[in-house]
Amino acid sequence: MKKIFELPLYAYERSPDQDTAHAIRHPVVVIGAGPIGLAAAIDLAQQDVPVVVLDENDRVSFGSRAICFAKRPLEILDRLGCGQPMVDKGVEWETGKVFFDERQVYEFNLLPEEGHERPAFINLQQYYLEQYLVERVRDLEAEGKPVEIRGGSKLLRVEAKDDHVALLVDTPEGEYDLQAEWLIACDGAGSPTRAMLGLDFVGRVFEDNFLIADVVMEADFPTERWFWFDPPFNRGQSALLHKQPDGVWRIDLQLGWDIDRDAEKKPENVIPRLKAMLGEDVPFELEWVSIYTFQCRRMEKFRHGRVIFAGDSAHQVSPFGARGANSGLQDTDNLIWKLKLVIEGKAPDRLLDSYDAERVHGADENILNSSRSTDFITPKSEISRILRDAVLDLSERHAFARPLVNSGRLSVPCTYSGSPLNSADALTGGPARTCPGSPCPDVPLGDSFLLRQLGDRFTLLTIDCDAPEELVEDGITVTRLALSTSDDPTGALAERYLGDAGSAVYLIRPDQHVAARRGDYHEDLMRTAIRRATGKESVE
Amino acid sequence: MSALILTPNIAGADDFYADLLAAHEGLSKAESDALNARLVLLLANHIGDRAVLTEALTAAALKDA
Repeated sequence: MKKIFELPLYAYERSPDQDTAHAIRHPVVVIGAGPIGLAAAIDLAQQDVPVVVLDENDRVSFGSRAICFAKRPLEILDRLGCGQPMVDKGVEWETGKVFFDERQVYEFNLLPEEGHERPAFINLQQYYLEQYLVERVRDLEAEGKPVEIRGGSKLLRVEAKDDHVALLVDTPEGEYDLQAEWLIACDGAGSPTRAMLGLDFVGRVFEDNFLIADVVMEADFPTERWFWFDPPFNRGQSALLHKQPDGVWRIDLQLGWDIDRDAEKKPENVIPRLKAMLGEDVPFELEWVSIYTFQCRRMEKFRHGRVIFAGDSAHQVSPFGARGANSGLQDTDNLIWKLKLVIEGKAPDRLLDSYDAERVHGADENILNSSRSTDFITPKSEISRILRDAVLDLSERHAFARPLVNSGRLSVPCTYSGSPLNSADALTGGPARTCPGSPCPDVPLGDSFLLRQLGDRFTLLTIDCDAPEELVEDGITVTRLALSTSDDPTGALAERYLGDAGSAVYLIRPDQHVAARRGDYHEDLMRTAIRRATGKESVE
Repeated sequence: MSALILTPNIAGADDFYADLLAAHEGLSKAESDALNARLVLLLANHIGDRAVLTEALTAAALKDA
């Protein structure tokens, strides 16, 4: 049986755009049918914004690549109609073990908070995510939604014009011109779009190589994340073992800087390393081997006029903490509703600058965290290794040292503190976690969950408070969701949204982030908050 | 306003200093470095207050606050 990454899922087909005398202009063109490009396309298409995705390939990515998906991206995928297959197929894990030298120094439990529909993390090969996203695109196409993936279509040239972006696309049947009112570049860390536009991508290079191997084995290792510092089977380096579905295990071995990359990738060199790690008598099969290095860097700006960068094309982090694909999904979650409003003429162009402000903030947070993890995992000086080893030695005996152990600070959703779209917090006694800029935390509501009822539009969430069912401000419709603390007997709604307040009104953005909140409904102030959240009112 | 105590605060200062030297006795340079690193971490955790720790980092670098 062929594996999913061996099957063409969007083979090249001739487009009518190739046979026209003049270039056809599309509202939105997305470059790259990876997870971020597909998420952008689905988000647009399910809200009836026509979108064309170009990809030079015709199938999902080879090898597991991104394998760890956090709760917030799963919630975003729920909004895109792909969350359930991810959770059904993915492996849930909560326990992590940390080893130093020959011994286990401690273990931890992620102890996920109760009252969320989605787990803290699942492990799943990236090719499954891409497969589910392609399937979702096909379903949308079948429903008549305006979405198209053009495989075998390589971007050769991109030119920014005043009112559009001119593209030259290569196909197996020759080149053709195409135009986009808006271009979203989701073409990865090596982004050809970015290179063709001559844009910067600076940051810190980490001088290290990592061997990444997907191994198929029938092993009785538990479903846990195991991380080794300086293990006997990889002296002076680190190692990671993580379970994926289908009996596939992700193994990550740090190799150091001065190595022969081609030699290290050969099975005759990889297999002895893995045997030393797994035990001589554990039978396994190699599914995928790759060697990677990494950088922590970002573009200075993610928006360049009508060209917008999302995912790895805009920012790159080390893999520690699973902040790559997870943050890319938060990029398009942030971008698409804004782009839709701008395209529809319901918000000014400058609303898109807030994408830049908010996601640059998110990228900086991810770069900071993943750089710190990398500095702990691969100490850059003698003294940083001494301090690192001191932390690990102490962590075996004393709880205080365990929070200092940094084998990756796992991706948490970004709070857009200080965003120009936020109104000042006006909910006295309100919980900090739901202040303006925060992503809405989930809450159980009987048989369903709160986040199921939020998203894709502006929502006025009222808790034990009167308000109109609908409010229209300058083309933006806000729909009320009326709740009462009695809707959630577990008390999570009150704890997460009221705190010490007796009632609350929240203005929630289409990406499920809080834009404004206060203790009672006040029409004028709410109208101002809506204007601000759509880029129509600057913060004084 | 310094929260870091920079005036004499250890009763029996000579005894403490002797204990510190004794802890390192017979250790190799690498073992001593490791011991010092563990000691710093233990003491830093005991202090806990980030402002005090920041002041201590500055004072240890022989800089003025």
